[in-house]
Amino acid sequence: MERDTNFVLGIYEDEDVLKDAVTKVRDSGVKIHEVFTPYPIHGLEDVLGYKRSRLPIAAFIFGVCGTGLALTMQLLMMAVDWPMIIGGKDHAAIPDFIPVTFELTVLLASFGMVGVFMVSSNLKPWGQPRIFDTRSTDDKHVMAIDLAVNAGLGEDKIKEVLQASGASEVNNKSFE
Amino acid sequence: MQVTSSVREPLVTGGKTYKDVTHDVSRHVEGKPTIGWMLGLAVSIGALLLGGIAVGATVWEGIGMWGLNKTVGWAWDITNFVWWVGIGHAGTLISAVLLLFRQKWRTSINRAAEAMTIFAVICAAMFPVLHMGRPWLGAYWALPLPNVFGSLWVNFNSPLLWDVFAISTYFSVSLVFWYIGLIPDFATIRDRATGLRKTIYGALSFGWTGGAKIWMRYETVSLILAGLATPLVLSVHTIVSFDFATSVIPGWHTTIFPPYFVAGAIFSGFAMVLTLMLITRKLFKLEDYITMVHIELMNIVIIITGSIVGIAYITEFFIAWYSGVEAEQYAFINRAFGPYWWAYWSMMTCNVISPQLFWFKKIRTSLVFTFILSIVVNIGMWFERFVIIVTSLHRDYLPSSWAMFHPTWADMGVYLFTFGLFFTLFLLFAKFFPVINMAEVKSVLKSSSEKVNK
Repeated sequence: MERDTNFVLGIYEDEDVLKDAVTKVRDSGVKIHEVFTPYPIHGLEDVLGYKRSRLPIAAFIFGVCGTGLALTMQLLMMAVDWPMIIGGKDHAAIPDFIPVTFELTVLLASFGMVGVFMVSSNLKPWGQPRIFDTRSTDDKHVMAIDLAVNAGLGEDKIKEVLQASGASEVNNKSFE
Repeated sequence: MQVTSSVREPLVTGGKTYKDVTHDVSRHVEGKPTIGWMLGLAVSIGALLLGGIAVGATVWEGIGMWGLNKTVGWAWDITNFVWWVGIGHAGTLISAVLLLFRQKWRTSINRAAEAMTIFAVICAAMFPVLHMGRPWLGAYWALPLPNVFGSLWVNFNSPLLWDVFAISTYFSVSLVFWYIGLIPDFATIRDRATGLRKTIYGALSFGWTGGAKIWMRYETVSLILAGLATPLVLSVHTIVSFDFATSVIPGWHTTIFPPYFVAGAIFSGFAMVLTLMLITRKLFKLEDYITMVHIELMNIVIIITGSIVGIAYITEFFIAWYSGVEAEQYAFINRAFGPYWWAYWSMMTCNVISPQLFWFKKIRTSLVFTFILSIVVNIGMWFERFVIIVTSLHRDYLPSSWAMFHPTWADMGVYLFTFGLFFTLFLLFAKFFPVINMAEVKSVLKSSSEKVNK
């Protein structure tokens, strides 16, 4: 897909001004590419209209796999492949298998969910992120507007909207 | 705008701005190491090397190098193992349980506490691995791997095997939880750096941008990991206590063990966090982030868990008497008044009496007292494990086989090795990683003070 890499950035100082600005900018018809913040801001995803993350579902599915895997493994090993009498217990001593089952459930749920998070968020050690403004990991909130997506509005109009919404600076940013 | 109660102390003092937070934490990563740090590292590496001789001797000659005998088959090794695992409980408790309880004060201390957890678990793992005698074969004994004995599997009925799974799961989940939290802070350092440091922290930051969508997922991942880690942290010491509780040794065969061990673990873990944080905040001048509020709250956790531990000691004694089982009664009388009375009363003094001093506000808000008591608590907790393990074993059913345990230089050396390892890792962490979670501290900056610092 051909992409224009020209962006307009609105820099914000305060999280509440930012949340208010996101609403104002979206109401004026400008599509926001993404907002970059130095720390998680509660409620920002709501005003940006993001759907709730489905990562908990991933965690649950991986967790169920962990439970199944652990129980199957222990039953196969202890009751089917080489049954032994240990302390007069049943070969399939389910209560004894609960601790390992619990641990493997937690292990698979955690690692599975984190794996999905890494892949879906494109987080990898060799990742070369597009950094709009280095201050967005320090003390400023950066709202990036893709000009190509908002072609109908015009750069000046977008800048005006950003200024009016409380941005302390409005800059241009292009990527190679 | 959020305005909070004026009666509540702010979590971060000194009127810090977001930029100050970045600066105050990152400068330790960016600056030259201090003399104090280098001295500390030299001492730690010295302990590591010196103790390494004992580890080498243990692996080369076998565990006959230790002071174990046929009556006391478990002594310092398992004492140290349980002690280190216990210390390793505070980090995940702070980051997971306090996250679920929305305790925002956790943000200044969770990073270092989690690092401490991970390093303590590494130290703990040393002991069962060395106790195997032939650690290079350990994987066959500890993991369900197909083997040449017609695949004779590991015994899933054994609490010792549950421990393998519990501790390795705890270690790996804590590591992931810790690393996920580090990613945004690595990105902050990357964006301030140039040259090689930019490349290294760029790779460590996994290409983090801080977009709102990724933050939303990050928050979800943190919450779910906290939800998973909370029962996990409780399960780990529960299972460690099963190592003893499921046996039939008088003094070990106790249903009170799981909650008693978990409370003790939190107790010693918080004490170790205090020991480390009091030094770190002083050396790195982080007094505005780790404030008296943090220290006082941690001391309150120590009073609570210390009192739970105290009640558990008394309950054990009562139940031993009430059970009417002579062997059980003897085990407890022998603990308190037998040849190991000094260990028992050290434990009682350090763990039951000393934390009660924190009821006085003057003491729990005094840095000197907190520092001393935090060390006293960990000495007490070491004695607790020693008392449970050695005094229960040393006078078993046949008086002819009664014995005492005398540690050898190898016992002491292996313990020293783990101290060297722990402090080496912690000092390297303190220098090269951001010791305070900058992103999370920034997120509580505004909501925790009335004055908005832009």
